[in-house]
Amino acid sequence: MKKVISVGQIMRNVVYALLPLCAWAVYQFGISALALILVTTLSCALTERFFCWMSGRPTTLSDFSVIITGLLLALTLPPGFPLWMGAVAGFIAVGLGKSLFGGIGYNVMNPALVGRAFVQAAFPVAITTWTPAFAPGRFVEFIPSTLALPFMSPVDTADWVKSHAVDGFTGATPLALQKFERITVDSSDLLFGMVAGSAGETAALLIFLCGAYLALRRMMDWRIPAAVFTGVVLVALPFHLYQPEAFPSPLFMLLSGGLMLGAMFMASDMVGSPLTARGVWLYGLLIGSLTVLIRLFGGLTEGVMYAILVANALTPLIDSITQPRVYGTGGGKEARS
Amino acid sequence: MGFINLFRKHNTFSHGIHPLEHKESTAGLKIRRLPFAPRMVVPLLQHRGAPAVALVKPGQEVVRGEPIAEPGGFVSVPMHAPVTGRVKAVGELVPTAEGPKTPAIVIDTYEASTQQVLFDSPRDPARLTPEQLVEAVRETGMVGLGGAAFPSHVKLLPPKGKKIDLVVINGCECEPYLTCDHRVMLEQTGKMLAGIRMVMRALGAERAIIGVEDNKLDAVERIRAELPADLDIRCEAVETKYPQGAEKLLITSLTGREVPSGGIPADIGIAVYNVGTMAQLGDLVPRGRGLIERVVTVSGHGVRHPGNYLVPIGTPLRFLLEQVEADVGACEVVLGGPMMGMSTASLDVAITKGVSGVVVFEHREQDGLDRPVFPCIKCSACLDACPLHLNPSMLGQLAGVRDYARMEQEYHLNDCFECGSCSYVCPSNIPLTQYFRIAKAVNRETRETA
Repeated sequence: MKKVISVGQIMRNVVYALLPLCAWAVYQFGISALALILVTTLSCALTERFFCWMSGRPTTLSDFSVIITGLLLALTLPPGFPLWMGAVAGFIAVGLGKSLFGGIGYNVMNPALVGRAFVQAAFPVAITTWTPAFAPGRFVEFIPSTLALPFMSPVDTADWVKSHAVDGFTGATPLALQKFERITVDSSDLLFGMVAGSAGETAALLIFLCGAYLALRRMMDWRIPAAVFTGVVLVALPFHLYQPEAFPSPLFMLLSGGLMLGAMFMASDMVGSPLTARGVWLYGLLIGSLTVLIRLFGGLTEGVMYAILVANALTPLIDSITQPRVYGTGGGKEARS
Repeated sequence: MGFINLFRKHNTFSHGIHPLEHKESTAGLKIRRLPFAPRMVVPLLQHRGAPAVALVKPGQEVVRGEPIAEPGGFVSVPMHAPVTGRVKAVGELVPTAEGPKTPAIVIDTYEASTQQVLFDSPRDPARLTPEQLVEAVRETGMVGLGGAAFPSHVKLLPPKGKKIDLVVINGCECEPYLTCDHRVMLEQTGKMLAGIRMVMRALGAERAIIGVEDNKLDAVERIRAELPADLDIRCEAVETKYPQGAEKLLITSLTGREVPSGGIPADIGIAVYNVGTMAQLGDLVPRGRGLIERVVTVSGHGVRHPGNYLVPIGTPLRFLLEQVEADVGACEVVLGGPMMGMSTASLDVAITKGVSGVVVFEHREQDGLDRPVFPCIKCSACLDACPLHLNPSMLGQLAGVRDYARMEQEYHLNDCFECGSCSYVCPSNIPLTQYFRIAKAVNRETRETA
């Protein structure tokens, strides 16, 4: 009997869905983004190969899941992120986030986010150094920080930014602008990625469409992004209505930062998300609401990463309280006759 | 109530899968008789319960239809000679599709004999009391012909205090490839309805519903045209979906009710019979004969002449495959349907009362099966497929660490009836159903030794 889909097919399709995002990142940020994508993916793949060799298991590169980790990791990093740090992030993502747990299927948290969380703590400056989108000459020259040497003092990009600045660029992401300067960026700029941010998180519309492709092919549970969005709106809306000038609108929350990428491609990672529909709703609502709370009241401007990691960690717990109702075990149906 | 039904997709259960049907090649073919094999093998245990006890001795001549074994207990049935011939051996151990060897009566066929059934005692079922009817059913040696092979008379005697008010007749035939029930419904409609009448009378049931998957609407039409006016029998089309023919799910599809976990349909006043069983009862009881042949669908790409054959019980599989010119090299032979049937290790097994189909696979039909097995990626496809709403993902992980006790206590392992839906949809190609079979066997053994 022929079967419908395989793990390889699912993973390959996620890669297909990520490729337009990579292409957009390269178009937006130039060869620095391209180099970053290649380096993290290569680093992830080599790490996987290395750990397979260490543990004497057959190499699992062919299932494409490690390519997803590599691509996603690059998309969550600033485009001018030093390449050597990208390689470290890739090693940590796959090594600590995946291989040490037993490889595909056994990881507790999303490997790409584990890698990103590590570099966020290890390289706080580099990971918050933003460069403008659509800088002139982006296809012929690297952002200076990209080629920084390992363990040397950080390269200052301020001068480079100044010389390349597109109108009014301040080196801050829309979330930072909102949080610290109360400047709200236009939703249409957020939709089409006309803003600063991580390499692949800025074009909300494109991310949404790529995620929708996966959902339509039934390779991603649509409930997860739906639940995340619902969670965001449910928490952000009351604050916004209470004090519109202090708290941004739910729409801004949905379109800014890494929320769209996180909801569509990282929260929806099958391995780290609950099994049942009820569990998935709980999980998504948790991510959405945590993200907004971190953004509004935390020290960081962005909260998606930690929200997803926390929810990943809670998944076994969510699973255990949302077991399906087994046929013939009550629920009122027997009484009906 | 009506309000709720608006939202319930009519006549179906939730979850399940849609495998390719592969029924085209045999659905239109009339039932044909298969020749008698030169040697017949009648296992004494081809049903659920206790083995039958042989009544014949080696060297003895038997007439086709003659009882050759009596029931070995209440949950057991008699056997009848499938051919006129001479008993060659009694108690000889023969292979079975299930695995363990089992004692059988081996009969050498008299090739020149007419093979007419002379052994009968005609009677009018309408004049029998319910008790006599049950006894008459027991004498036929009838078991569930849908594949479960549970002795039919046992279901006619529900546990004390349980009253059966509804008889559900299973004409779903949800297994891919199989079309024998479809043909029986079309060609033996009258006999089938006669069988239903008997069962309703024996049980004192007021109503009967015949459930047929909606890929066999011609059968629904034929049955509706012949429904008797004096009985409350309905024929309903149900959604074509696997495993619609599982009795608990068919009950849910037709009535909206659920059989309690760990219970049987009798617990909610329902008895379920297969259409083929009904047609055979309708034929055998009035004549006072025993079950000596059944309709078997022989199909799959490895068969030159697929079809629905009337096969004598005890026909060796090897003989049957020769008759249909099966390609016996590089292929797999499944007894029953491909989803729940048994892949047989030997061509020397016999066609028994519970075998509804013989499917001969060539490798290209099974592309998915030799794919590598990946770890569970928690995609939840199995949860969305399991018709009993179990958690096959969790069960599979527990099986991986051999925590069989927890599978049973916390995750309802024993509710699983091994329909194979979870294995079918698993993108990681994990043989979940196999794991669950092993887990159940281990638990059973642990209980027995404790």
